[in-house]
Amino acid sequence: MDFATIIQILDSAVRLMTPLLLACLAGLYSERSGVFDIGLEGKMLMAAFTSASVAFVTGSAWLGLLAGIAGSMALSLIHGLASITFRGNQLISGVAINFLASGMTVLLGIKIFGLGGRTPALTDGGRFNEVTLPFADALRDVPILGPIYSELISGHTILVYVAFALVPLTWWVLFRTRFGLRLRAVGENPASVDTAGVSVTRLRFAAIALAGILCGLAGAYLATGLSAGFVKEMTAGRGFIALAALIFAKWRPWNALFATFLFGLLEAIANRYPNLDLGIVTVPSMFMNALPYILTVIILAGFVGRAIPPRAGGEPYVKER
Amino acid sequence: MAAAAQQTGGRPDTAAPYAIELRGISKAFGPVQANKDIDLRVRKGTIHGIIGENGAGKSTLMSILYGFYKPDRGEILVNGQPITIADSQTAIRAGIGMVFQHFKLVQNFTVLENIILGAEDGGLLRPSLTKARGVLKQLAQEYQLNVDPDETIDELSVGHQQRVEILKALYRQADILILDEPTGVLTPAEADHLFRILEGLKAEGKTIILITHKLREIMEITDSVSVMRRGQMVASVETDGTSPEELAELMVGRKVLLNVEKAPPQPGAPVLEVRDLKLVDDEGVERLRGVSFDIRAGEILGIAGVSGNGQTQLLELLGGFPEKGAKVSGSIRMNGQELDLTGTKSDAATRRARGIGHVPEDRQSEGLIMDFAAWENVAFGYHHAPEYNRGLLMDNAAIRRDAERKMEHFDVRPRNPNLAARNFSGGNQQKIVVAREIERNPDLLLVGQPTRGVDIGAIEFIHKRIVELRDSGKAVLLVSVELDEILSLSDRVAVIFDGRIMGERLPDQTTTGELGLLMAGVTDTDHHDAEDGIPPAHAHVDEQPKEPR
Repeated sequence: MDFATIIQILDSAVRLMTPLLLACLAGLYSERSGVFDIGLEGKMLMAAFTSASVAFVTGSAWLGLLAGIAGSMALSLIHGLASITFRGNQLISGVAINFLASGMTVLLGIKIFGLGGRTPALTDGGRFNEVTLPFADALRDVPILGPIYSELISGHTILVYVAFALVPLTWWVLFRTRFGLRLRAVGENPASVDTAGVSVTRLRFAAIALAGILCGLAGAYLATGLSAGFVKEMTAGRGFIALAALIFAKWRPWNALFATFLFGLLEAIANRYPNLDLGIVTVPSMFMNALPYILTVIILAGFVGRAIPPRAGGEPYVKER
Repeated sequence: MAAAAQQTGGRPDTAAPYAIELRGISKAFGPVQANKDIDLRVRKGTIHGIIGENGAGKSTLMSILYGFYKPDRGEILVNGQPITIADSQTAIRAGIGMVFQHFKLVQNFTVLENIILGAEDGGLLRPSLTKARGVLKQLAQEYQLNVDPDETIDELSVGHQQRVEILKALYRQADILILDEPTGVLTPAEADHLFRILEGLKAEGKTIILITHKLREIMEITDSVSVMRRGQMVASVETDGTSPEELAELMVGRKVLLNVEKAPPQPGAPVLEVRDLKLVDDEGVERLRGVSFDIRAGEILGIAGVSGNGQTQLLELLGGFPEKGAKVSGSIRMNGQELDLTGTKSDAATRRARGIGHVPEDRQSEGLIMDFAAWENVAFGYHHAPEYNRGLLMDNAAIRRDAERKMEHFDVRPRNPNLAARNFSGGNQQKIVVAREIERNPDLLLVGQPTRGVDIGAIEFIHKRIVELRDSGKAVLLVSVELDEILSLSDRVAVIFDGRIMGERLPDQTTTGELGLLMAGVTDTDHHDAEDGIPPAHAHVDEQPKEPR
C-alpha cells in the first residue's frame, strides 16, 4: 500500500463519513435535549428524495438543499408533535418516521418520475460541485503535504466543509452558550429547567428543529453530493450507523467526529478492496461491506466502554411537584 | 453568621403589607379538591410554617404560588400587590424562590452551572459564570452557605445539594423562600445547620415558608404556623401560643398519641441470631464489617443510624435480595436453623417461606408495583400461597377478597382494591405493604423506615400494629433514621455506624445525645464532651402525656 493509496482511501473516508457526521450531530442535538431520535434514517432519506427531486426540476443544488431541509424538518415536526407535545413514545414515533419516509419516497418517486422510485440523474447544476481550495494545484507537487492538501483536504463539496465546521461549532454551542447549557440541562433533568422558568417544550422543539436541519444537510449531501440523484433506500442504514456512532462518541461533538471517521474509513476500505487478500485467506466482499454494520452491532451491544446517555432521554416530560 | 440585620431585621412589622397573602384559593384535580378556599397571610421577615398530613394540599398550594398550577379561583397578593402567577418565571420575578422536596438540579453540572441555569445574563456563559462566582462567594459569607462552585452535583452530599437549591433562589434575588419538606433527606446535624441558615436569612429580612409534617421543626423554628387538613386551612396561629399536641390534633382532626403505648417486653427464645455478617459490594466497598446481634421472640430491636451506614444492605441481605455482585460472609440463624447466605436457597422467596416478613425501606420501588392494583400488590411475594391459587391459575377472586379484608383491617383509604398503588397517598401505600407482611403473621418482621413520608395518623396506626405483632410473640427488626421512632418503638436500640454496631442501649436508659454520638461513630472511650451542643431534639415529643384516644 503506497502513500497515494492511503490518501485515496482517506479521501474516500472523508466523503463517506460526511452524511454520518451530519446525522450524528443531528442526533446529538436531539438526544442531548432528551428526545431519542431513531428517525435519523427516515429524515435523511426524505431529505435525499426532496433535494434530488427539487434539484432535478430546478437545476439548482442549492434549492435542492433547501428542499432537503424542508423535507427532513417536516418529519422532525411530526416527531416533535408526537413525542413532545403529545408525550408519545419516542422510539415508536421514530420507527413510524422511518417507515413513513421509506414508503413515501418510493411512492412519490414512482408517481412523479415513473422511474421505479429513483429520480432522474442529476446533471451539473443540480449537484454540488467539488470545491478546489486556493493553491491546491500549485501545491500538488510538494512532497507529502502537497497530496494531503490538494487531494485529501481540497476537492470536496461545500457540504463536507460545512459538516466539519459544525463539529467545533456544536461544541461551542453546547458548552459555551446559554442555549447549550439549557439544552444539556433539559436532557438531564427537565424539571430543573422548568422550575427555572424556561419552557421545556420550546427547548426540545428547538433541538429537534436543529436535528431536522442537519439531517436535511445529510440527505441532500447523499443525493446531490455523493451521488447524482435519489435511489430507493439510498441511506442504507446510515441513520442507524450514525446512532451507533453517537453512542460510541458518548454524545460529544469531537468524539462524534472520530467515531464517524472510523465508520467512514471502514466503508472506504471495503470499497477499495472488495476482496481483501490477506495472503492466507481472502476476505469476501460481503464481509467487507458488512464491516460498518458489524461494528455498529458491537458498539450497540456495549462492548466499547460504558456510555451514559442523557439521563432524561426517552422520557416525555410531565410536570410534577 | 451575618449579624448585620437590615432595618426589617427579624421583627414582624404588622403595619407593612403581607409578603404573601392568599385569598380564597381553590384548586381541583378532576374530582379531587386539593385546595378549598384557602386563606393565608405570611408576614414579612418571618418564618411561617405550613403543617399538615400527606395529601392535605400543602404542596399543591405552594405549587400554585410558584406558578406550577393555576388556581381555579382565588387571589394572590405579593407584598400587597395582586399578581397572576402564570408560570415559574413570573414567580421568580415576583421574588419567590422554591426549594423542592426533590431537588431540581442537574446531576452532572457544576454548582455554578446549576445556579445560572435559567438566570443567565446573555447568550454566552462566561460572563454569567464569572458573575455567579462572585455572588456565590458573597452569599456564602453572608449566610454560611459554603459550597464549592466547581464541584458537580453528584459529588455533593444531600445537605450540600440543598444549599445549592437555596443559593439558586437567592441568586435570583428571592425575598420569599418556600421550602418543601426540607429536612426529609437530611441528617440531624445537617437539619440543624439548615435551621441556622434559615435564621440567618430571616435576620436579613427574608420571608420563609416552611412546609413540613414534623411538629418538632415547627416548634423549633417558626414564628407562626398554618395547619392544613384535607385541602382546607384549618388554623393559623402564633407558634408561641400553641403546642405540639394542639397542632397534631388540628392536623388529623382528633387527638393522637405521639408516644407509643406498650407493655414491657416479654422476650422468649432467640428468633434471629446474626453473627459476624460482612458484605462487600461490587465496587469493593465494605458495607457491613462484622455485624452481630440477636432478636428474641416478643422483642423489637431498633437499629438507629444515619442512612448510608449499612442499614440498607443489612435489611436486603436478611430479606434475601442483597445487591448484585456483593460478597457476603458470616451466619444467620433463624429459629435455630442456619440460613443460606448464597445460592438459590438464599432468595427472598425462601426467606419468606422461613417466616421472615419484610417491609422494605423503599415502598415505591421495592414494596409495591405502583401501576398494579392494590389487590395485586397484596398478593405479591405470597402469590404462590395455596389460598391464592386454583390449580395452574391464580384465584383472583380469592386474592381480591383477601385484599379487601386486609385493607379493612388496616384502614387503607380509599378502600378500593382495584385502585392502582400509585393513586394512594404515601401513608396508605405503606399501610398496604405493612398489611401484606403483618397479616401473614411472620416469625420475624424486617421493617425499614416504616413511616418515611407517612402522615401522623398512619404513623400511629403502623406503630400500633408493629407493637401488636411483638406482643403476639414475634420478633421485629426495625431500621429507621427517625430517632423518635426508634426510641418509642424499640425494646433495645443498636446503633450502626460505618457497617458496625457501635453499641446497644435500652431506650429508657439512653438519651438522644448519647445515641447521636454513637451514630456519629464516637464510642464510649472517645471524649464525651465533644458535642454538648446537640439539642434535645425530640424531647418535647417524649414528654407528652399518654392520652388514650
